[in-house]
Amino acid sequence: MKDARLLTRLLADPARMAEVRDWTGLICTARAESLLGSLAFRLADAPVPAQVAAILEDARQDAAYARTQALWEAEMAQRALGDIPLILLKGTAYAAANLPAGEGRSIGDLDILVPREQLDTAEAALLAAGWEWVKEDAYDDLYYRTWMHELPPLIHRDRDRMIDVHHTILPPTARPTPDAAALANDSIALPNGMRILCPEDMILHAVAHLFADGDLAGGLRNLWDIDRLLRRFAVTEGFWARLAARADRHQLRPHAARALRLARRVYETPIDNSLAGRAHATDALYIRRLLARDGWGRERRPFTRLGFYVRSHWLRMPPLMLARHLLTKARKPR
Amino acid sequence: MRHRLDLTIGPVSFRIGSAWPQPIAQLAALYAPYPKPAGIADFTVRLEPEKPWRRLVRPSVAIHGDYTLPDAAPLPLAQGLLAAEMGMNLQMALGQKRFLLLHAATVERDGHALLLTGHSGAGKSTLAAMLGEAGWRFLGDEFALLDPVTGLIHPFPRAISLKNQSLALFDSAAPDRLGPVLKGTPKGTIRHLRPPADAIARMAEPARPALILFPRFNRDFEPETRPVGAAETFVRLTQASTNYVALGRPGFDALTRLVTVTPSFAIDYRSGEEAAALIDTLWSNAT
Repeated sequence: MKDARLLTRLLADPARMAEVRDWTGLICTARAESLLGSLAFRLADAPVPAQVAAILEDARQDAAYARTQALWEAEMAQRALGDIPLILLKGTAYAAANLPAGEGRSIGDLDILVPREQLDTAEAALLAAGWEWVKEDAYDDLYYRTWMHELPPLIHRDRDRMIDVHHTILPPTARPTPDAAALANDSIALPNGMRILCPEDMILHAVAHLFADGDLAGGLRNLWDIDRLLRRFAVTEGFWARLAARADRHQLRPHAARALRLARRVYETPIDNSLAGRAHATDALYIRRLLARDGWGRERRPFTRLGFYVRSHWLRMPPLMLARHLLTKARKPR
Repeated sequence: MRHRLDLTIGPVSFRIGSAWPQPIAQLAALYAPYPKPAGIADFTVRLEPEKPWRRLVRPSVAIHGDYTLPDAAPLPLAQGLLAAEMGMNLQMALGQKRFLLLHAATVERDGHALLLTGHSGAGKSTLAAMLGEAGWRFLGDEFALLDPVTGLIHPFPRAISLKNQSLALFDSAAPDRLGPVLKGTPKGTIRHLRPPADAIARMAEPARPALILFPRFNRDFEPETRPVGAAETFVRLTQASTNYVALGRPGFDALTRLVTVTPSFAIDYRSGEEAAALIDTLWSNAT
């Protein structure tokens, strides 16, 4: 397998199972893209070879455990934060709200959003409840606090689990400036008192995460989140208009359009053509980057990846600041 | 990858890829009599250079795969066989979810399994290898695979990793069973020994655990056996397991059942013969 195309085609339509010649390669690719759990759910009823069925069953068990652990961690954060509203983001949000995007999804850190004016209180509450700084370095700390959309990462001293406390969904240095207050104000309460972003914001956060925050590493999983969310919410009346308005509000309209086009090309997601806009010549480059994983789980296409890596830093900060940042990083003793 | 070998060991199958021919050739020789996998591997191991040019210039073998440790130091190409073995261990330690993994050597007699567990250097591998040559069936020297559903131990008879002074004890083994002597590894001098033929032929046969031992080797010890309570055994085995936490409730239930029905003892010994005598006595009481 030269790239991850078969994996994405199979996720989109499990009936293509008959096309699989190299299960070992497919499973390896899926693991490397953190999509084995999702694939396992998609193929739950498919007549796969017995050995594959056993591997997929393990992956489903693993995902079930990841879910339990993530929800427990959210519970711990809720207890620590008291009256501060706990807005769950990404994987934990999908799990807590029982969304299809959460099925089989691996969940690493706990990502939460806290209104900016309550950030200091939240930080103090978490530190008092046993979370500790991961990075002791003064430069990193200052960098996070000045230029990032989240606190420096915290880890719990007993449970060894990380929490990322966001106050918005993109770094302040990035060109689009999402409306952070709107994210919090329009969030939705779950029965247990935790909150999640409204559907349109949830999708736009996944979009922001896919493009602006990183070099598209793990992009296939992020795009899969977008596919699952779109399929789940697009059936509601007036969804596409709301998504368009919300994208404008968060200055993410072109990003959303690109994500829609990529989701359609990679996962055959049904999308709104006017919001997606006309195909752009660079879409193919994005697809080439997203699928750059071979049947041995290795990253391929180094020059394409390098291009996106440079681009990710370019988008994150202005050139002079980037130069200063990279210089400081390079001079730091390991 | 340029070079590839697929291996089935007990209930687990691996696909091992390498940028160099040597590790695959050594692995193929060591595991020659093992059955070939039916076609699908549970885990993939990759032995590859950290940077493309390190394939030829001062070649060094980084251990990658489905599961990778971010900070693991690469090994020189001369230790490529060890890298392959470590790669397989890593996939098991981080990726295995079907069985509760106990860091223990295991041997079997009359359908019953004896688990030898304890810290590195306690002599587990050597004891299991010796017992495997002396009437016991060798099940494994690294991981005991406890099936949470049946409570049985599944064999995982990988090549035995002999370390330092233990090498000399197996000089008389058939030459084709021995791998190359690997000097200067992170664990000293290492040589791999292929398990006896019956261990390989019967590697699909699980066994019911009957006795757990915590051996300690020291030339200055008086030989001694002490019973170990179920609670202590439980805690020590959670520490000896790489996936106890990841298995959640089934792991807890399986381990609780194991320690409540299986007697367990600590033994101190000065030589292999002494250990064998202590084990014989405890074994006849336990089974």
